[in-house]
Amino acid sequence: MPTPVIDPATLSELRDTAGADFVNELATAFFEEAPGLLAELRAAWGAKSAERFRRAAHSIKSNGLTFGASTLGAMARELELGGLPADTAPLDALEREYERAAAALKELCHG
Amino acid sequence: MAERGARLLVVDDNKVNRLLLMRSVELLGHRVASAENGRMALEMLRAEPFDLVVLDIEMPEMDGFQVLEHMVADANLRDLPVLVTSSLEGLAHVVRCIELGADDYLHKPVNSVLLKARIGSSLEKKRLRDQQRDMVRRFATSEVAQDMQQSGFALGGRRIHAAAMFSDIRGFTSLAESQTPEETIELLNSYYTLMFEAISSHGGVVNQMIGDGLMAIFGAPLPLQEPSLSAVRAALDMQEMITLLNVERAALDKPAIRIGIGISTGDMVAGYTGTHQRATYTCIGDTVNLASRLETHTKAIGRGIVVDGATYAALENRIALEKFEPVTFKGKSVPTEVYAV
Repeated sequence: MPTPVIDPATLSELRDTAGADFVNELATAFFEEAPGLLAELRAAWGAKSAERFRRAAHSIKSNGLTFGASTLGAMARELELGGLPADTAPLDALEREYERAAAALKELCHG
Repeated sequence: MAERGARLLVVDDNKVNRLLLMRSVELLGHRVASAENGRMALEMLRAEPFDLVVLDIEMPEMDGFQVLEHMVADANLRDLPVLVTSSLEGLAHVVRCIELGADDYLHKPVNSVLLKARIGSSLEKKRLRDQQRDMVRRFATSEVAQDMQQSGFALGGRRIHAAAMFSDIRGFTSLAESQTPEETIELLNSYYTLMFEAISSHGGVVNQMIGDGLMAIFGAPLPLQEPSLSAVRAALDMQEMITLLNVERAALDKPAIRIGIGISTGDMVAGYTGTHQRATYTCIGDTVNLASRLETHTKAIGRGIVVDGATYAALENRIALEKFEPVTFKGKSVPTEVYAV
């Protein structure tokens, strides 16, 4: 069975503790913040700044895991711990996974 | 501060994390404010009172480790509990936070049950610590309490340069016999409230109260720029407060009271004396004995405030004093210069 884009148990636990309406607001904040973080990740790679790169990846990991976006979280974690990659392929993959996770989350929250 | 309704500061640069932590804290019934980085957090902590800080580590401008370092170095923030929440991996970060004084380290995403338990226990610990501090303050002075917090309690003294003051109420014994015990205690309470106010507003510390008499030190445990000047100014305020108290007493048809104050300046030994079970902060030495003799001498020359030559010299004529005949006090081999206000 493939891993769901958004882990339903994590999301439902978040809703139980913080309230469903609040989780919708939180998701909106995530959709607003995440593109900036992904852009920062790419800019950090371009500037060859390992520290900035690690920080941006760290933030994406942290936010992804909050909503149960397990694959996104795991991919961001690899970048956080792995240092600057040789090419931008992992960044492209991470952005695609973000799009998938965001779409799924939108569906779950506002659908 | 009750466990519920405490005031917390959430510090996190990431908006999603910040909103979620604020929400979690609010749902526990606490009031919450937030900061986006360490520098902002420190500014807020120094400007307003908080009961607990929920602190992220990775932040721009000033990170969580730096915030913890600043807090440890600040006597006002040192005891404020901090819960670190971070998704930084590795035991080294956790150890570093705990070593820098954090109460605990919670991994993100933070489990809400764990967060609630940690906040509850940290606030409870703070409540007990505050209670203990209030207790120490009631029986010592806030300066002594601060000194004890900074350098710890140790019997033993050090030599300091300070001004000693003795004050008591004239004819108190006959006054006490002419009124009810309740009236006497009420009078003493008003008297002490006024004297403490006058003394502490000039940086002095009352360290002994014996019946109607009190002893105060200017310049210890915390140093003062001008101990002699502060002591004389406090004495002037004390006399003025007694005048005001007498106006009130006259309206109630009660007799006026008068106080005598003796002040001397010089070296003395200050420290905690007693036993490990019961101790007091005090100052001893010739200077202290002299202040007591000068206080008694106020009766002989009919003045309210009497000081020694060293105090007079330190005032550099900023307060007008009158010179009296030098006196050879009991236990002294040379005469002491005497000045009175």
